[in-house]
Amino acid sequence: MNRRASWFNVTSIAFGLAFLYLPILLLIIYSFNESRLVTVWAGFSTKWYVSLFSNQGLLDAAWVTLRVALLSATAATILGTLAAIALVRFGRFYGRTLFSGMIYAPLVMPDVIIGLSLLLLFVAVDFGRGFWTIVLAHITFSLCFVAIVVQSRLSTFDRSLEEAALDLGCPPVRTFFQITLPLIAPAVIAGWMLAFTLSLDDLVIASFTTGPGATTLPMKIYSQVRLGVTPEINAVSTILIGIVSIGVIAASLVTKRREVARIRAERQAAAGIRNGI
Amino acid sequence: MAAKAIGPVRRTFAPWDDPAAPPFIEFRNVTKRFGDFVAVDNLSLTIYEREFFALLGPSGCGKTTLMRMVAGFEEPTEGEVLLDGQDLAGVPPYRRPTNMMFQSYALFPHMTIEANIAFGLKQDRMPKAEINARVEEMLTLVKLTPFAKRKPHQLSGGQKQRVALARSLARKPKVLLLDEPLGALDKKLREETQFELVDLQQELGLTFLIVTHDQEEAMTVADRVAIMDHGRIMQVATPAEVYEQPNSRYVADFIGDINLIEGRIVDRAGGRVWLDCGEAGGMIEVEQAMEAATGDDAWFAIRPEKISLSLEAPAAPSVNCITGEVWDIGYLGDVSIYHVRLPDGTTMKSTVTNRTRLVERQITWDDRVWLTWPRDAGVVLTR
Repeated sequence: MNRRASWFNVTSIAFGLAFLYLPILLLIIYSFNESRLVTVWAGFSTKWYVSLFSNQGLLDAAWVTLRVALLSATAATILGTLAAIALVRFGRFYGRTLFSGMIYAPLVMPDVIIGLSLLLLFVAVDFGRGFWTIVLAHITFSLCFVAIVVQSRLSTFDRSLEEAALDLGCPPVRTFFQITLPLIAPAVIAGWMLAFTLSLDDLVIASFTTGPGATTLPMKIYSQVRLGVTPEINAVSTILIGIVSIGVIAASLVTKRREVARIRAERQAAAGIRNGI
Repeated sequence: MAAKAIGPVRRTFAPWDDPAAPPFIEFRNVTKRFGDFVAVDNLSLTIYEREFFALLGPSGCGKTTLMRMVAGFEEPTEGEVLLDGQDLAGVPPYRRPTNMMFQSYALFPHMTIEANIAFGLKQDRMPKAEINARVEEMLTLVKLTPFAKRKPHQLSGGQKQRVALARSLARKPKVLLLDEPLGALDKKLREETQFELVDLQQELGLTFLIVTHDQEEAMTVADRVAIMDHGRIMQVATPAEVYEQPNSRYVADFIGDINLIEGRIVDRAGGRVWLDCGEAGGMIEVEQAMEAATGDDAWFAIRPEKISLSLEAPAAPSVNCITGEVWDIGYLGDVSIYHVRLPDGTTMKSTVTNRTRLVERQITWDDRVWLTWPRDAGVVLTR
């Protein structure tokens, strides 16, 4: 295998990265633009970030988004973890195939359809649309992502650890909290972060399920862009990108770091055994 | 593991011969089915207090299922399991006075060695000072005191095994269940640990129930061995009895190496049996009291080390002498195994201890040899 980077590989990677990240990079650069005109560079400035914090409409929207994301991610994590446990642990129960199929459905279902069907549901049951309907909708679609992440961890989980705890006199519920949960915690945290980021940047489903008084940040940005892009929007988008990137990076670090720590400890142990400690 | 004079104790320990001895673990007509598969088939078995009992058999013979029924991870489909007179039906694993050492050790990876050993004691709400004292005692017992603060993945396989043992002993269970406890260790360490286990069991005076597929392990550690096949017990006896007096071809073949010759019982008198083995073995005379009728089909079973091999026909007319040609020789270091081909084409194995440095073999390939054995060397089996 040729491991050296040929010029062809370098070029294709450069094009690929540029295609993905150039627009975002431009957006970030122009958020520091002095000029009011988005397409003309007039020197470095952070004034749009300052003016952003006096724009009450955007701040309100950001607050709504944050609360929706925190609530829906937490609820989705609890429900998704339970679903994963049911799928991995309870072997064949009545309707298992249907259940596992339905868990995966929101992954492939277009957002428009999820949004529309939820809207129809809320109208049908006459549920007042607003903040809580967005939360419910976000729980619905992010739950499956949590379930998948936790399920993959559970499928490699050594059941005899739980049996050992039971055998040592620990009742089942306590065993779950003292043994199972600490061991699957990285997957649960990663699932929460995934759900949080998904909720944060959702526009379509939120637009369908919202009501008066509940405008999320992506909705606010979208509606302002229709009146023309202002550098303020660039600034708020840059902050949003920052938060989402931190969330995704943190989620992967949590799982990665434990792995690295484990390998390092194992190496130390091997060295210690060799030295006859 | 102090050096105590446990030899005499072990020699006289035989509650299974005493009809008045109370049973400690009792399986009464236990059947366990998983769907259509019968893992345990109408099995009854009694294990006594302070006994080191081994369940031995090939994988899938039901031995692990039997043990898991004592631990409470499986409930019998039919029949009952009693421990110290108490029916265990419906008692969940966390309320049973048994502890198990798992094949994978199942050490909690997110806890230190100390916390692993203390886990069961904390569940029992033991005072903290007592827990610390007991953990210390257990760590000393398995010689792991310097490792108290380590995590399981920082230990070697042998150390993990000892932590698992300490953890399962910490609560002083009535019965310690050992599920293939030494399977993951290398041969030398395994042999050492077997003797340590026996000493430990004697010292603590607990009842140990071990599941293994390794017959040498079962023979080394156990007071009695149950050989299982297809969810049934084939024979329960001391290691020596199982080896010297197997009750069936299955047991004879499972434990150690054996020669089996097919024949027919032609006469029985005065505690002796005569077996006509046709072309292969001629007339074989065995000292054995048995109930089989004359004319029944039977098998003569004899261990290779009980057959003497010589290049000349015995001078005095001897019982049980057959002749053949050396077909193959297997040199194992301590012993050599001679495969001798009989006139009818079957092969008999004879083990010879290599007492000298054997530069020149006295008996070699294609030699005509005579195989002899006394009347009480082998057994006649009817099933």
